[in-house]
Amino acid sequence: MAAVDLSEEAAPQAEQGGVRRRDFINIAAVSFAGVGGAALLVPLVTQMSPSADVLALAQIDVDISAIESGQAIKTIWRKQPIFIRNLTAAEQAAANAVDASGLRDPQTLAERTKEGHRNWLITLGVCTHLGCVPLGAAEGEQKGEYGGYFCPCHGSHYDTAARIRKGPAPTNLEVPEYEFRTDTSVRIG
Amino acid sequence: MSFPWAEHYKPKHPFMRWMDDRLPLPRLVYNAVGKGYPVPRNLNHFWNFGVLAGLALTLQIVTGIVLAMHYEPSAAGAFASTEHIMRDVNGGWFLRYLHANGASFFFIVTYIHIFRGLYYGSYKPPREMVWMLGLVIFLLMMATAFMGYVLPWGQMSFWGAKVITGLFGAIPLIGEPIQTWLIGGFAPDQATLTRFFSLHYLLPFVIAGVIILHIWALHIPGSGNPTGVDVKSPQDTVPFHPYYTAKDGFGAGLFLLLLAVMVFFLPNYLAHADNYIPANNMATPAEIVPEWYFWPFYAILRAFTYDFILPAKLWGVMAMFGSILLLFFLPWLDKSPVRSGSYRPKFRMFFWILVADVLVLGYCGGKPAEEPFVMISQVATIYYFAHFLIILPILSWVEKTLPLPNSISESVLHGEAEEAAPADIGLAKPAKA
Repeated sequence: MAAVDLSEEAAPQAEQGGVRRRDFINIAAVSFAGVGGAALLVPLVTQMSPSADVLALAQIDVDISAIESGQAIKTIWRKQPIFIRNLTAAEQAAANAVDASGLRDPQTLAERTKEGHRNWLITLGVCTHLGCVPLGAAEGEQKGEYGGYFCPCHGSHYDTAARIRKGPAPTNLEVPEYEFRTDTSVRIG
Repeated sequence: MSFPWAEHYKPKHPFMRWMDDRLPLPRLVYNAVGKGYPVPRNLNHFWNFGVLAGLALTLQIVTGIVLAMHYEPSAAGAFASTEHIMRDVNGGWFLRYLHANGASFFFIVTYIHIFRGLYYGSYKPPREMVWMLGLVIFLLMMATAFMGYVLPWGQMSFWGAKVITGLFGAIPLIGEPIQTWLIGGFAPDQATLTRFFSLHYLLPFVIAGVIILHIWALHIPGSGNPTGVDVKSPQDTVPFHPYYTAKDGFGAGLFLLLLAVMVFFLPNYLAHADNYIPANNMATPAEIVPEWYFWPFYAILRAFTYDFILPAKLWGVMAMFGSILLLFFLPWLDKSPVRSGSYRPKFRMFFWILVADVLVLGYCGGKPAEEPFVMISQVATIYYFAHFLIILPILSWVEKTLPLPNSISESVLHGEAEEAAPADIGLAKPAKA
């Protein structure tokens, strides 16, 4: 040990700026190992992201021809419930009568539906508070104080445009990406 | 533990001092693989392989934990979930190939590690316990690897499980009930797969525990060295860090480079095509062989073809297990006081014959059970046992060994200076030493 220390002093090898060849090798080797280790982390982390078979289920086509005005259906998209609701004229009017700017998450019914299909309200059936499935889509379920959806977990009330009106949920029920392929067929995702 | 001149851990930062008084974990690391562990200065690259085996185990545990997030241990879903990993999971193919080839590399480095020990007499006093714990690790590795190979539930998995558990069926009277108990049925099925998955996940951590004992036992006398001469003075050692961390780091780089070549360019070279066919309990593959790392033992198993007092099947199983259990007695079979094969010319010759013998056994184990491979296996098996039970004990009495150097530093400075001296030191020191 003493010999080691002595020899390091005896052969300082100091070149320009006191940087030895060994310092360079040391930094280069450790950096290389660091970059390699970090690169290995990428597959170890991304393997937990949705796999190809899960992503393959990320688009569905729904036939909405059988949904009468005032009715709603629940379907499944990305393993989550989707509410597709055929709003009555009265429900649309009720939603449009509200001043959107005063809402917690200001959005109009027009912003939440598609041109030419204003009666079709398509939202995720996932309460934006903590993820429960709100009631109100099926026949006879409680629709809450505003006639839309009601989440029984923590009492969030959504109106006929599925906007949050009362209770702890921070935002409106999410409207997924979708398009009308025909008047009776919707592609979600 | 360790030598009196070992550096003492002296934390400078107040937080490290606070930590040292409460949980001296940094001190443990410092004394195990840091400046606090003096190591013979003349270790060659064969001393890399312990660390490489540790690296391989770490890699297996990390990739294995990740694979278990996607694998489904069910007879109906295991094969499909393995293919799901290969095709759907992000980077899944990479992780699975790393795991499969990593197992092979774990065995490669472990075999080199074991033969290093055989050549340099690492099993001799005072390191018998290090040797025996190493053999325990080796046995656990074999069990783990075997059960891991069953998990994809391909043809080789299924028939491997059937054949290997069938080994226990060779035991007289209680053999068959033991086999039925091991696989939880009359043929490998759901129960077998679930328990193998559970144990395959458990055993690597048991291995990690025994490795801690292995290193603990090693650090009592300290590492051996290529001369086999004991460390006598501070001139004989250098601190583990930075000298051997750097040297092991270099070895680890090469190891990972070779592993990358296999994973990216030859991922199935060491695998068997039949294992990409789902398990079928009605049809055995034409040629059933285990993974390459079991071939020498498989050859010994098949070398016994005659019923001699006991059934041939039982002889084969006893010889196969015996070929490893025998190694536990090695410290007492080879009583030569000289450790290193470098100073034992006859031992060295027989050592290389043994290496060739094991390679021949491995070659035969991978071939079908036909002539001439059966005959060659029989000769090689006899030689294997003769080496340990006859040649080594006799050698240790009759061999005239070469003169040993007075000390490690002397051997380094006179004759082997170029290859063994750490940079800067070897040349600066003779005047002072």
